[in-house]
Amino acid sequence: MPEDASKLVNINIDGQDYKVPAGMNMVDAASYCGVEIPHYCYHPKLTVAGNCRMCLVEMGTPMRDRSTGEPVLDENGVQKIGWMPKPAIACASNATPGLHIRTNSDLTKACRTGVMEFLLVNHPLDCPICDQAGECRLQEFATDYGRGYSRFVEEKNVKPKRTVLGPRVILDDERCILCSRCVRFTEEIDENPVLGFTQRGSHSTLTCYPGQELDSNYSLNTVDICPVGALTSTDFRFKMRVWFLKPVNSICTESSAGVNTEVWSREGKIYRITPRRNDAVNDTWMADSGRALYKQVEAESRMKLPRISGNQVSLAEAIERAAELIKSGPTAYVASGKLSVEEQFLLGKLAKVKPGSVYFVDHSREGDSRLISEDATPNLRGGLVTGLISELPGERLDALADALKAGEVKTVVSFGENLINAGIGPELLKKTDLVYLGTHRNDTTDLARVLIPTLTVFEKAGSFINRQFRLQRFLQAVPGLAGLLPDVVVLTRILGDISGDKTPDPSMTELWAEIAQAIPALKDLSFAKIGDSGVELDGSAYDNLPFHEKPGWHYEPKLEPATTSGSSF
Amino acid sequence: MAKVLERKPLTFAEKTYLPQVLGGLKITFKNMLGKKVTMEYPEERPNIPDNYRGVPTLVHDPNGREKCVSCQLCEFVCPPKAIRITPGSIPEGDEHEHVEKAPQDFEINMLRCIYCGMCQEVCPEEAIFLQDVYSLVGTSREELVFHKKKLYELGGTRPDQHYKWDVKKAAEEEALAGNGHH
Repeated sequence: MPEDASKLVNINIDGQDYKVPAGMNMVDAASYCGVEIPHYCYHPKLTVAGNCRMCLVEMGTPMRDRSTGEPVLDENGVQKIGWMPKPAIACASNATPGLHIRTNSDLTKACRTGVMEFLLVNHPLDCPICDQAGECRLQEFATDYGRGYSRFVEEKNVKPKRTVLGPRVILDDERCILCSRCVRFTEEIDENPVLGFTQRGSHSTLTCYPGQELDSNYSLNTVDICPVGALTSTDFRFKMRVWFLKPVNSICTESSAGVNTEVWSREGKIYRITPRRNDAVNDTWMADSGRALYKQVEAESRMKLPRISGNQVSLAEAIERAAELIKSGPTAYVASGKLSVEEQFLLGKLAKVKPGSVYFVDHSREGDSRLISEDATPNLRGGLVTGLISELPGERLDALADALKAGEVKTVVSFGENLINAGIGPELLKKTDLVYLGTHRNDTTDLARVLIPTLTVFEKAGSFINRQFRLQRFLQAVPGLAGLLPDVVVLTRILGDISGDKTPDPSMTELWAEIAQAIPALKDLSFAKIGDSGVELDGSAYDNLPFHEKPGWHYEPKLEPATTSGSSF
Repeated sequence: MAKVLERKPLTFAEKTYLPQVLGGLKITFKNMLGKKVTMEYPEERPNIPDNYRGVPTLVHDPNGREKCVSCQLCEFVCPPKAIRITPGSIPEGDEHEHVEKAPQDFEINMLRCIYCGMCQEVCPEEAIFLQDVYSLVGTSREELVFHKKKLYELGGTRPDQHYKWDVKKAAEEEALAGNGHH
């Protein structure tokens, strides 16, 4: 990106004048102006390699007299354009004042056809078995610029077809077009340069350094940026063709970094998660561990049936019983940053209707100074902004345990928190009226009086506030389990039962109208206004809190981070 | 506007009905004495032309390799969404390991199929053919959802012009032996 993006310069693409930020890469500048320059090796977040030659265009600059430096004018008094005699690659040029390019001239078209022909010379054309088919740049540009038939009568090169590069990545060398995006990624972004090319010319082969493997937690980004089907994900390999999959914008719940993602599903089944570009949060990257989180939807430990004291009941009965227990009280609420802003807001309402202390549980662990922060919950700051907590939580709920022992609290509502891990013993829990809302089974769920299974992040919509105090929304990717309802609906119904004032299940719009009114920090916002890239909130009020997060990509802590208490989460 | 048609009175010949009766008898005798156009189905069966679009089937190549690689293009193109494929991979060590991909299951719902032949047209591996079976009966809906096994039984073997994967394997073996281009 340019150093001073506010400064615009005039450029000319195919005879049309445009204004673009000074110094912008010409591939980006053209796409900014709505003109596509085909490219393989260029990636906005990596250095320019200029080796695929696909982005060749004709280029010219305003002419000046060499001796005097005076502009050379034509008969109409317009400065002449000095076209370069040969095409130049757009990715290695930046927008400068008066730069002219031609992207659809005969020469440019001939260049693209020629480059495509060379790239396809040794390409195996095994699209029917290639996972990239449908989102393959080679396929797309072959239809756009290719010849349509092959003149190559010689034998194609044979290269290794199923090289295991690492635990999550498989390489098909025949499909590789040697763009070196993956090599540059491992070197520049992952700083773990294990990939490289060996041999020469058309025999060049992508190889892992001997004795090493591509096992970094960011290895699957190489699969995302591979413009062809050379690098494929072991998990997604041969699972489903991409044209059947529907992407839905979501947010990764792995940590408070709030990585923007796309969740790809077909007919209610999720097949993969890929990163979504957000230059303020995760650029175009994502950790491998976050991509596996979709498996929680169909995990064996997933709870599917509402229960009262272990017996199956209907959801309506469970909600009614939960409301009774909460009402009889005295009640305490245990939550954490796993809840979305909307759920935390409704919890705040609940704690007003039936007053009780709200406890948060801290889920800290080691981070990686990148996109996995020290806080394992996506929305701790939501608890601060919605006013549920004013200080950072601890890992243990000793205060609640004391209150339970002293009989000051009778009912505990846990929002997916394993209370046994948080230091409340099973004996104590057995004597407690425990209402548990959560998705997966754990030690605590077995002891719950009322168990209300809820939905995972993929089955509901909502928003999180990440470590940068950026409010980001996630949308529903797949339908929830049959018979279950989103947490916000369950909470609204419990609230209605307790207050006796039953309201219809709220839509996101209605809920946000209420939130915007009640919470000053979220004033003027609505669910729609959060948009796909999120909204940065003013977090200066919390600058003095010792958050656990250490510096990471796009994140600098305001205070020296507090020491994390260990690896438990 | 309603259109009023004038009805002409019948002529004398028409009133006798004889020309019409004779005309009818002419057709009757012509068919009685001419070539038969019906056949004694089901004892007798019609000749099915090669380009007939009967039941879609999966085929093996003459070497017994299942040709489908589960690219799911037919599933995509199928207008009534009759096809459902569960893709799978060919395990390592298999004779056809180099093909990498094969369907775990291949379902065609014959109650949905409209015999349009789009699947055959789109198939890049020439693995699905609408062949000469035209009479399907079943006693339940499940019975008429054909799975992979049944589809291969119906399909049998078809000649192959390319042996594309065998050529590929031969090239790989050549290369391994050091005689190849690489």
